[in-house]
Amino acid sequence: MIHARALTRTFKVKKERVEAVRGLDLDVEAGQLTAFLGPNGAGKSTTLRILTTLLPPTSGTATVAGHDVATEPAAVRARIGYVGQRSSAGEEFRVRDELVTQGRCYGLRPREAAARADELLDLLDLAPLAKRTPGTLSGGQRRRLDLAIGLVHRPDLLFLDEPSTGLDPKSRAEIWQHILRLREAYGTTLFLTTHYLEEADTMAERVVIIDNGRVIADGTPEQLKNDLAGDLVTLTTGTADDAARAAAAVGGTAEGTTVRLRVPNAAAAMPECLRTLDAKLVEVVTAETTRPTLDDVFLALTGRSLADDDIPA
Amino acid sequence: MTTFLRDTATVFSREVRPALRNPVALVFEMGQPLLFLFLFGALLDGAVGSSWQWFVPGILVMMCLTGPMSSGYSLLVELIGGSMERLMVTPLSRTAMLVGRALKALVLLLVQAVLIILMAIPLGFELHAAGVLAGLAQLVVFGVGLGAFSFVLALRSAPGGTLFYVVSQSILFPLLLLSGVLLPLESAPAWLRAIGQVNPVTYVVDAQRALFAGDLADPSVVYGTASACLIAAAGLALGVRAMRKGLIRG
Repeated sequence: MIHARALTRTFKVKKERVEAVRGLDLDVEAGQLTAFLGPNGAGKSTTLRILTTLLPPTSGTATVAGHDVATEPAAVRARIGYVGQRSSAGEEFRVRDELVTQGRCYGLRPREAAARADELLDLLDLAPLAKRTPGTLSGGQRRRLDLAIGLVHRPDLLFLDEPSTGLDPKSRAEIWQHILRLREAYGTTLFLTTHYLEEADTMAERVVIIDNGRVIADGTPEQLKNDLAGDLVTLTTGTADDAARAAAAVGGTAEGTTVRLRVPNAAAAMPECLRTLDAKLVEVVTAETTRPTLDDVFLALTGRSLADDDIPA
Repeated sequence: MTTFLRDTATVFSREVRPALRNPVALVFEMGQPLLFLFLFGALLDGAVGSSWQWFVPGILVMMCLTGPMSSGYSLLVELIGGSMERLMVTPLSRTAMLVGRALKALVLLLVQAVLIILMAIPLGFELHAAGVLAGLAQLVVFGVGLGAFSFVLALRSAPGGTLFYVVSQSILFPLLLLSGVLLPLESAPAWLRAIGQVNPVTYVVDAQRALFAGDLADPSVVYGTASACLIAAAGLALGVRAMRKGLIRG
């Protein structure tokens, strides 16, 4: 569905060349739900803009839904849907009118566009809001409207840029419910960016992490966490001295009376670890294991935390 | 071509629908020109011959400067918000996006112009049908140019928008005041008249006044039409260039 090869994009900012995307390769198969992660300025949005034909690549090629984004943008546009970071509906226009307009943009006849608009209003629980303007909607309602607009032409591939950012937990859950239902019903390929790592972890089948304009990790959330981060074992001891000795014995780091170490499989490593410490006469007070997060993966890869990043408004 | 026409119709009907849903707003938007018309018109009655005959064309030019310019503003708002981006990911023609918008601004302008003329008739405005029609046609040409300029300005100003406000505020008012729309430049000091002479709007205003008085053969009509056509040509040329560069930021 998406095939990008050696994609680059440079900008000129105040006479300086900024390489936003530098040699990105990406393949996404039909039907996949892929989460695209990375810190601000990593090239996420630029990549998304290239793939959705909003921005021509400086070099490299990208084929999206079977067509080249640079040479056949119209064919790509007809096949993809896009829900941007900002609100899709114009402020002056009524909810239903915008849905009808969107259908007309894809060449539907007025009657077809109207029927499709009503269908989507029902599908996304927007029917009571049909005559309102976007300014009078709640954040969650606006996002549902954005989703409805992106679905008018039943795209095979839908790009979602931060679909749940800025929403309250209930609205986030609702949006996800709609996204997943859509996928189940139509097998739509979904490619999304998100700032919520736990969302990517639980919802996505595949996670692609980008940093400095390049893909630095790619796999299922489980693979990435197992291969790149590993489980965290946290032990506490009675004294700081014991902690230091324990750290030396099992290969971890000590901080006060706490010892931390990363292992591929904590459940298997724990008994061995405790036996070793027992033999060294270190008294372990508590022992705990934690599964890694995607943030741990990013930390392991770059030495930086994704969570430190400011969430854009 | 047929898809282009369909796309233009799509954009036009999207743009025009809010106005149709709320026609009262159309009259409120005319508040400022109407106020100017009635206050200045009453004030200047006698000073410039029949003040309505003199004032109505001036007010129409003024609306032409504010109307199409505000269509650039609405484009800017959509560029800053996400709705323009969303439309650009659809197969909708880029050119149709601007043409449809411009058409809406022109239709609105014509409706408002006709309303102003109808309101002025009972006050003593003398209707010269042929002159008025020619005048409105000239206004449309002028409006196309101004609309194109405002679109270019909006495209250049996105995503910040500051440029748009600075340019439209610092250019629009001097252009308006130095064109003799509100007060006759004939009695102005020489330096002010000299500035008026290089202001293209002055020629359009003079031509409008001649046309609305029924003097279709007045030489000012030629100058005014030439000025309107030049503005339209320059605006469209810049507009096409901005379109080619892509309606895209970055």
